[in-house]
Amino acid sequence: MKYLDEFADPELARGLLDDIARTVTRPWSIMEVCGGQTHTIIRNGIDQLLPDDVTLIHGPGCPVCVTPLETIDRALAIAARPEVIFCTFGDMARVPGSNGDLLSVKAAGGDVRLVYSPLDAVHLARQFPEREVVFFAIGFETTAPANAMTVQMARRLELTNFSLLVSHVLVPPAMTAILEAPRRRVQGFLAAGHVCTVMGMAQYVPLVERYQVPIVVTGFEPLDVLEGIRRVLAQLEEGRAELENAYPRAVSFEGNPTARRVVDEVFEVCDRQWRGIGLIPRSGWRLAPAFAEFDAEQRFDVGSIVAEESPRCRSGEVLQGHITPPQCEAFGTGCTPRSPLGAPMVSSEGACAAYYQFRRLNGPALASS
Amino acid sequence: MTTTPLDPQNWSCPVPLRDHPTIVMGHGGGGRLGAELIEHLFLPAFGGTGSILAQLGDAAVVQAGAARLAFSTDSFVVRPRFFPGGNLGDLAINGTVNDVAMTGAVPLFLSAGFVLEEGLALDELGILAQTMGAAARRAGVEVVTGDTKVVDAGHGDGAYITTAGVGLIAPGVDLGPHRVQPGDVVLVSGPIGLHGIAVLSVRDGFEFGSEILSDTAPLNGLVAALLAAGVDVHMMRDPTRGGVAAILNEIAASSDTGVEIVERSVPVPEPVSAACSLLGLDPLEVANEGRLVAFVGRDDADHALEVLRSDPLGVGATAIGQVVAEHAGVVVARTGIGGTRVVDLPLSEQLPRIC
Repeated sequence: MKYLDEFADPELARGLLDDIARTVTRPWSIMEVCGGQTHTIIRNGIDQLLPDDVTLIHGPGCPVCVTPLETIDRALAIAARPEVIFCTFGDMARVPGSNGDLLSVKAAGGDVRLVYSPLDAVHLARQFPEREVVFFAIGFETTAPANAMTVQMARRLELTNFSLLVSHVLVPPAMTAILEAPRRRVQGFLAAGHVCTVMGMAQYVPLVERYQVPIVVTGFEPLDVLEGIRRVLAQLEEGRAELENAYPRAVSFEGNPTARRVVDEVFEVCDRQWRGIGLIPRSGWRLAPAFAEFDAEQRFDVGSIVAEESPRCRSGEVLQGHITPPQCEAFGTGCTPRSPLGAPMVSSEGACAAYYQFRRLNGPALASS
Repeated sequence: MTTTPLDPQNWSCPVPLRDHPTIVMGHGGGGRLGAELIEHLFLPAFGGTGSILAQLGDAAVVQAGAARLAFSTDSFVVRPRFFPGGNLGDLAINGTVNDVAMTGAVPLFLSAGFVLEEGLALDELGILAQTMGAAARRAGVEVVTGDTKVVDAGHGDGAYITTAGVGLIAPGVDLGPHRVQPGDVVLVSGPIGLHGIAVLSVRDGFEFGSEILSDTAPLNGLVAALLAAGVDVHMMRDPTRGGVAAILNEIAASSDTGVEIVERSVPVPEPVSAACSLLGLDPLEVANEGRLVAFVGRDDADHALEVLRSDPLGVGATAIGQVVAEHAGVVVARTGIGGTRVVDLPLSEQLPRIC
């Protein structure tokens, strides 16, 4: 597998950084939408290498972070049932609900399993016909096709013991919400490359035109991110607002029509609560009526769940780019990866965790430099 | 020593443990949760800060008459029990041999305790025992005592093995955090991450085609070679659970110095870095079972590398960083593109990222 060292080449990075430094003449604020990009930026110290005039705002693109508290509480209630095998992606397991997380449900005897592919959950359903297998289907457009495939497969296999707890979210409505916000600071976007791999680029054309904002589809390795930043800054300095593709090795304008067909068949658009942000209209996917039999929320009566966030957690402002994690009073003291108040402190893609892990020293000076 | 009934209120610092009222998998993951369990629950129960246990190394160094002994124990619960490059039996011998050897001791005698689940195939137990015998002979140690217990079906996971080992520390050998000082060079004896990824590659529900073999191996030969060559070794550790990140953090904290590594110098084999990239894991946090990290005096680094590389287990030895007086207790990495980041102690077991 190539693309690892090549896209972290120090000399090429230096060239891009020099180019950026020459381009920038005044302050600009850019949002990287995706949590994967936030991770790359902080893990590689990219934000420290950029000119002071460039501010990176970390967007709401960590699906784990924006999954609503009520949904997590529902997941905990379902996972605790004795007949259930509850399958989840790893980083969802430690996200705190109102009362513990999935790992504590597991420790208390619940059958919680970390899976690497949603299809593993289907295999479990075949393997254990006497149990109820539930898969926690979260994520952006990137994970949706594989999650959608599981119910198609379950139907084909005539499985009656498989269901999804769905909390899918969509990127373009979130970007619209950020652009409509009264305190908008974002002047340009790095669009999430892997979302575009599935969805293509057409959805961003109206955003560019309506809000006159540069959007550059960007990848996830250090050089990808630097190239995305360079292109957004070039547009801003030249007064342009265009849609560009800086990730052509993975993204085409059309995206992946096969994957989209699967998603269109299985899911339908719905309003969705975003943790820390609130309700964003038409920003989620739920199971379409034709697949209602696979809906875990209908299959398991977990009563009405009303949840309240910790009043000390300012993750909503972090996710909308109003503050950086260290500006939150609880950051690093009342809120750490070990005892997180909010989801962005849990997932390695969460902005708070990324800051905590990689920037605990405030810009450490290397003795050898 | 007087004994008092256990009162949770009297734990030296109960707060961290209250996050989890029960044991969670993370307590065994070699990260911060496990360290807190030892510090706040086991250490106070077994003698507190002045005790030998408070050395908190992989092996204790104890005086027995005129002899200085290294003494260590470890339990092995790997799943699956057979993985590319080794099995539970190799691990049980090599793991304890290595823990003893990291003090600079010559490992001599091991014990082996087996907790077996009803229904385990005798053939499999035979293979594990044969493997342990072969591993012990390779390491030049002898299993001299043992124990077997059987639990009801469903109350264990096939086989768990606990080994303990003792070794003799030669006069004049003195390794430990007190020797670590700014200027020391940090060496690893070879490519990292192989064991963790090899086991992951065959774990249930996650089989991926990979030719990665576990690096499980006894390191006492390498240690003996370094000491025999007169290399100015200040401290050694084998980066098992929690990986290189965990032991660098432990050494930085216990020696009250800063550690600085250069990410591009860290030998990460391409398949390991590909698997880590795919799963969102950090190679620095992935387990090794046949590598050592050595802190050596600056002027002796080249000599140490020469000695390591002349042994088949150390051909990939390389320098990855140095000890600094700044940022005491913190490990900092210079990233591939020239930025910096803090390398933190992993919290618990690694959770693969979603996308």
